[in-house]
Amino acid sequence: MFSGFSLFPTQASTLAPEIDNLYLGVILITAFFAIVVVVCVTYFAIKYRDHTGDKIGAPITGSVPLELGWSLIPFVIAIGIFVWASIVFFHIVRAPDQTLEIYSTGKRWMWRFQHIDGQREINELHVPVGRAVRVVFTSEDVLHDLFIPAFRVKADAVPGRYSAIWFEPTRVGEYHLFCAEYCGTRHSGMIGTVYVMEAADYQAWASGGGATAGGTLVQRGEGLFTQLACVTCHLPDGTGRGPSLAGVYGSQVTLESGETVTADESYLRESILMSQAKTVKGYEHIMPTFQGLINEDGVAALIEYIKSLQAGGNRVASAQ
Amino acid sequence: METIVYEEPTTYLNHQHSVASWLLTYDHKRIGILYLIVVTFAFFLGGIFATLIRLELATPAGDLFSADVYNRMFTMHGVTMVFFVLVPAVPAVLGNFVMPLMIGAKDVAFPKLNLLSWYVFTIGFIFTVASMILGGVDTGWTFYTPYSSQGSESNVLLTGIGVFITGFSSILTGVNFMVTIHRMRAPGMTWFRLPLFIWALYSTALVMVLGTPVIAITLLMLVLERGLHLGIFDPRLGGDPVLFQHLFWFYSHPAVYIMILPPMGVISEVIACFSRKNVFGYSFVAFSSLAIAVFGFLVWAHHLFVAGISPYSALIFSFLSFAVAIPSAVKTFNWTATLYEGAIWWKTPMMFAFGFLGLFLIGGLTGLFLASLGLDVHLTDTYFVVAHFHYIMVGGAIMGYFAGLHYWWPKITGRMYNDTLGKLAALLIFVGFNLTFGPQFILGYLGMPRRYHVYPPEFQVLNVLSSAGASILAVGYVLPALYFLYSLKFGAEAGANPWKATGLEWTTQSPPLPENFRTTPVVTEGAYAYSKREMRVA
Repeated sequence: MFSGFSLFPTQASTLAPEIDNLYLGVILITAFFAIVVVVCVTYFAIKYRDHTGDKIGAPITGSVPLELGWSLIPFVIAIGIFVWASIVFFHIVRAPDQTLEIYSTGKRWMWRFQHIDGQREINELHVPVGRAVRVVFTSEDVLHDLFIPAFRVKADAVPGRYSAIWFEPTRVGEYHLFCAEYCGTRHSGMIGTVYVMEAADYQAWASGGGATAGGTLVQRGEGLFTQLACVTCHLPDGTGRGPSLAGVYGSQVTLESGETVTADESYLRESILMSQAKTVKGYEHIMPTFQGLINEDGVAALIEYIKSLQAGGNRVASAQ
Repeated sequence: METIVYEEPTTYLNHQHSVASWLLTYDHKRIGILYLIVVTFAFFLGGIFATLIRLELATPAGDLFSADVYNRMFTMHGVTMVFFVLVPAVPAVLGNFVMPLMIGAKDVAFPKLNLLSWYVFTIGFIFTVASMILGGVDTGWTFYTPYSSQGSESNVLLTGIGVFITGFSSILTGVNFMVTIHRMRAPGMTWFRLPLFIWALYSTALVMVLGTPVIAITLLMLVLERGLHLGIFDPRLGGDPVLFQHLFWFYSHPAVYIMILPPMGVISEVIACFSRKNVFGYSFVAFSSLAIAVFGFLVWAHHLFVAGISPYSALIFSFLSFAVAIPSAVKTFNWTATLYEGAIWWKTPMMFAFGFLGLFLIGGLTGLFLASLGLDVHLTDTYFVVAHFHYIMVGGAIMGYFAGLHYWWPKITGRMYNDTLGKLAALLIFVGFNLTFGPQFILGYLGMPRRYHVYPPEFQVLNVLSSAGASILAVGYVLPALYFLYSLKFGAEAGANPWKATGLEWTTQSPPLPENFRTTPVVTEGAYAYSKREMRVA
């Protein structure tokens, strides 16, 4: 493994070169200041050295122009870095519109992944090259953090809410996947491998093996939707005791407080598990909480099913 | 015995001898020594944990300790070093000893409160050590929920209570210092004649008084959550685990400035003395301390960029984090400019100050990487962060503490230590430090996460370098303990002012009188009036 020693991790996502350029840029800027200071200190220390301790230095007290100069110039440069880094940051946190969604749950000490097609895996993540992938994840117990150095992305997994990272792999290969938020005894064992595959290989993998045994994520969600009796209130035409879920995903929902929220994955998740937290305007607080009745994988399946419901009550095939 | 008493001048050390005269003393100088003893013990305890951590990490496998033991090691290293070394070292040890001397006071404003602070501190430390002996704690020094409130099976309660108690010592010391600096200055000691160390201590006291109550409340909430399951941080009960991080860092980021501001003050003193000059831009250096203290309260969420906060609030905290870097940069430029046309006397304290400049520079500049949002996503929670804060905390704060200890040791003990060995220690620490923590920047960018007991084998080369550096560092830290102890008995007499420094503390005898000054000094000039001296001009 020593032969693979390098100063930079592999660049395996579209974001990686952007972040590496920023890194190099900041290195160059900071190295300039570091060299100026180190050269000055060293030069002065030698040039003005006094072996006796009896001499005194020149009676210099300060200079306002110098003070202003070395406050303002670094400040302007700092603003420059800030703007550059913030632009990169928004590229990291804003996923493109069309992504392949993968659901994940962190628990001590493993990562579970669920693919749309129904494949499930633990501590391994298979993704296709050249396609934007968005991993939506949460934690079942304490904080974790999904970190893939080759893609330069990470985010904390927080119990009770969804986090997401996105990346577009650019290079077929195997990469580390780490838990980067300390989570107890086997924190350093909560690692895995990301397999970036050719699109065709991924398709074969995703639909192969025992994948279809439990059905696709949407099919599983549909099953739960009936099994948990969601279907009795959330009628597709909106005449039920609960609001219709057709087309709800991504829409603006008005709550009874008058507040408007976007119905994203986190909203749907909260509405299933803590149904009293946000109630849609015009509906009663009658939905039971499903906390403890359904696990995170089930919640993901339900959400994926709700996402597949379009306005008018028609189901669309999951993006394939 | 009596003959000796007549020969020796009366000092704060020899005017009373009983154990009770130490344990019940109100003398700020003796209390400073009491702190020195506890802090030194804590430093070596934390150092032992660090040594064991670096030993374990020399190989990728977990071959020395189990994962649980390793997790306790790094937690107890952090808890000990942060709360019982870095926070109290410069203010409570050096500040206690020299601050009243420097402003021409007989003591601090509330001497009994000062002794109480030490007792509170020591009791908190005993609780924490007890929790270690009873099996330790494994949450990391950050105590993040819900691991600390539900997951961990270690002694979180006992450690939390220990740190909670210790916080009161910080608050009391902060209040004491603020009142002392306001009310006890000698005649003529105006604000702008104060040594910059006093400005730094004042700024620090401000942070201690305003920030420490928040960590106390936070730890109390943690203790209640863990004991009674109140649901403050538990999402299943409607709580929010990220709230803990906000509260924790609202104190703990300003606490970074509690740790670094006083050493910055020390560096101003040492550089002025050994350059025989005014500190360049005195008022800019003084006000930069205050600016750091104030802005330090507005940057806490930069620890949470990947914790699920809104990207827009991340923008604001990133901007403020860049802003807080400017006063630190101003200080660095002023120290550098102070050297220009100085008469630089290469003595041990100055060598530590040079070391501080180099290491603090790297620590500060790498902070810009982490303030940069686009880089922080990749870098946070990796060894890059570990390297960065060790450059600030150890390279900056501990180097500054050592500079101060070597600078005021002759005043404190009346004895000189061996200057050659002192310089050797400074060199060993500088080299060992860079070898230990330099490779960790690279490890971090490569993606090695923090707090990993075992790691993939490709990270081994850099980890071995780091562990090798740590062994040099350990020698560098043990060496001063040896020559300091040796100097107590065999060191040359220091005299009142061995460094030929300005400053009121050098006008009284070494070790000082119990009451500091025979007559209250009257101040007629600024802190660093070297140029007014009757000496040969360089």
